[in-house]
Amino acid sequence: MNRPGSFFLAAALASLFATAPARAQDKLEIFSWWAGDEGPALKALIDLYSKKYPNIQVINSTVTGGSGVNARAVLKTRMLGGDPPDSFQVHAGQELIGTWVVANRMEDLSDLFKSEGWMAQFPKGLIALLSARNGIWSVPVNIHRSNVMWYVPANLKKWGVSPPKTLDEFLATCKTLQGKGVQHPLALGENWTYNHLWESVALGVLGPEDWTALWTGKLKFNDPKAVKVWATFGQVLDFANPDASGLSWQQATDRMLKGTAAFNVMGDWAAGYMATTLKLKPGEGFGWEASPGTGGVFMMLSDSFGLPKGVKHRDAALKWLRELGSKEGQDTFNPLKGSIAARLDSDLSKYNAYLQSAAKDWKTNKVVGSLAHGAVAPEAFASQFGTVMEIFLASKNAEAAANAAQAIADQVGLGK
Amino acid sequence: MRWRKHTNQITGFLVVLPSIVLVAVFVYGFIGRALWASLTDWGKDPSQALALNPVTRFIGLQNYRELFTGFIDGRFRQDMVSTVFFTVFFLAGCLLFGLLLAILIDHKPRGEALFRGVFLFPFALSFVVTGTIWRWLLQPGGGVNQLPTLVGLRPATFEWLTSRQQVWRFDWNDLPVIIGLLAAATLAAVAVVARRAGRRRRAIGFALGSAAVLGLAVGVAPGWRPLPFPELHGFNLAFIGIVVAAVWQMAGYTMALYLAGLTGIPEELREAAVVEGANEWQLYTRIILPLMAPITLSAMIVLGHISLKIFDLVFAMAGPDNAWTDVPALLMFITTFRGNQFAKGAAIGVILLVLVAMIIVPYLRSQLRKGVRE
Repeated sequence: MNRPGSFFLAAALASLFATAPARAQDKLEIFSWWAGDEGPALKALIDLYSKKYPNIQVINSTVTGGSGVNARAVLKTRMLGGDPPDSFQVHAGQELIGTWVVANRMEDLSDLFKSEGWMAQFPKGLIALLSARNGIWSVPVNIHRSNVMWYVPANLKKWGVSPPKTLDEFLATCKTLQGKGVQHPLALGENWTYNHLWESVALGVLGPEDWTALWTGKLKFNDPKAVKVWATFGQVLDFANPDASGLSWQQATDRMLKGTAAFNVMGDWAAGYMATTLKLKPGEGFGWEASPGTGGVFMMLSDSFGLPKGVKHRDAALKWLRELGSKEGQDTFNPLKGSIAARLDSDLSKYNAYLQSAAKDWKTNKVVGSLAHGAVAPEAFASQFGTVMEIFLASKNAEAAANAAQAIADQVGLGK
Repeated sequence: MRWRKHTNQITGFLVVLPSIVLVAVFVYGFIGRALWASLTDWGKDPSQALALNPVTRFIGLQNYRELFTGFIDGRFRQDMVSTVFFTVFFLAGCLLFGLLLAILIDHKPRGEALFRGVFLFPFALSFVVTGTIWRWLLQPGGGVNQLPTLVGLRPATFEWLTSRQQVWRFDWNDLPVIIGLLAAATLAAVAVVARRAGRRRRAIGFALGSAAVLGLAVGVAPGWRPLPFPELHGFNLAFIGIVVAAVWQMAGYTMALYLAGLTGIPEELREAAVVEGANEWQLYTRIILPLMAPITLSAMIVLGHISLKIFDLVFAMAGPDNAWTDVPALLMFITTFRGNQFAKGAAIGVILLVLVAMIIVPYLRSQLRKGVRE
């Protein structure tokens, strides 16, 4: 290389390095798994942010994959490598606390909650779920409900049954339906939907107090009460379609809508699927009820954003968190996402009939957290719960599954 | 002036130095790092699992002990069993179809080049593409199961990837006995081969070895039960679909290997065999196949290490959560990046590495020796 050439190259390189830090001031990198159907909701939030802070460039780092399975793996390699995104999406509760807070990687947001007046705006039960070790660790954006049973009102009328309120009623109704030619009254999908169904059944059998006690370690999994959950779960499964593991959750919901099945237990993102994608009218095209035995209890999961320690653009990230917690932010995001706002003062006229009913329950019901969606158990337990499920499905032995669950709980130190 | 004589060696060394350094750091360095991690408790304490500078303790072989004999690690044991079955069927399928296709094309049919391209084409796809295509084809309600309706039959009902059937089940506690018997049988086979080749001392040595292992398997192994409870493992029928897809992808590659070998056989040899009165069948079984042995060995080694490490195909076909099609590489990923059990994930990785090394290292050694001899 000749002299002037190398000089120019060096100058160019130098200028690159010189300008980089100046420009880096006005950036914000947010890390999430919201793509596809949920992409527009995230985009609306980002647009709102860009309008308020036009000189901050938002970098949207999305890693696709249902409920964040892939995103979390990528996030872990980034965090271990010392390259945290400015703010990342995480399920509120133990998925955040059991993994990141205990490892001392998050900033306490208590001051933000106080200065924004959020302590009064979010329900107490939710703040309790976000808190640990004398701190509050993430800002909840939305609320989904896990314990919902879906059905088609016209179909139930045709079969002459009413939506069951308790698990006993549910089992009896399914028996009746089988007599009327509905061979598999409960529509079920792939692996994780088993865990999803299990938590609804468990909540129905145990009730909210014992359910919570399970996760604080006060109630053991091999306690007779908890063993009974598996026995009941087995009875419920007898009414489900045997080809479940080949279906996505949408396909399972479709079976219920087509009338090959009567009921489907799924989180309320199913309402978004039925109302937005399939254009069905809430209350007519599909109906809902708290899953059997869980009336008056709201099993919640929530997407939230936290602030990792040592981020590059802390100010921009704090502005982002402030927007997420604001009424405007939550009411921009949630109608598009098909979830309700975590705040108690949201403008309900922006939401559809299902979401309005869910918002009403959110304010009045007892709130508990979900296992299948990261609220009540740390990842080390949740990821091995699949093994417990396999043990049960292979052996149909309630005792064996309960013992395996307790062994894993002991191994990961659940509730400690 | 003397260093000038070595100038070639020095430049040579300098040219390869960067790759030596890179391989040392990024291959052997990280193997060492994983090995070390697998001997620690990294991940057992959640507050250290993802800390910026995790504090870990050395706990020796405990992770390995848990994997093979722990109460809740049955999934790993089933995965090991599945891998063995998968490897056997995958190798057999690829070698059989690869050889058949190669022989077909070796007969120089019309459009030979086209067929060669068609058969080789799946190899050009990535496993993810193959997996996605075959996942659609193998849906219980569609694709392959609808084929019989083309000829007016009822659609098939096999559940393919979602099947939960298991055949050839055995108790994990019997594994020491089974391994012992298999080892004894292998040694006996080697002895018989050596005897036929007329190498008596070698034959006697292996026969004695076989008898000794047999004695251990029958006498000592039954007393050693790894688990305090019976645990059944077997061949998951859900793997049939994965074997089909994997063979579809790799049979063309095996064909290409065999084809190279077949064209390397001198024409005189075939002519001589024909002149001696060999028919087509004898020509292949007596002349050509024995000459193909080195190619079969290379193919087995290439395919064997693919099958032990298989991850992407299964991930794309059945997802990471379908326990009935789980393989150790997937479990390693889930254990590490979902369960935050970094040490245990590293242990699974090391076990996979040892398995692959068991295939590769003897091959490399024999190749190196050959190279030195020549």
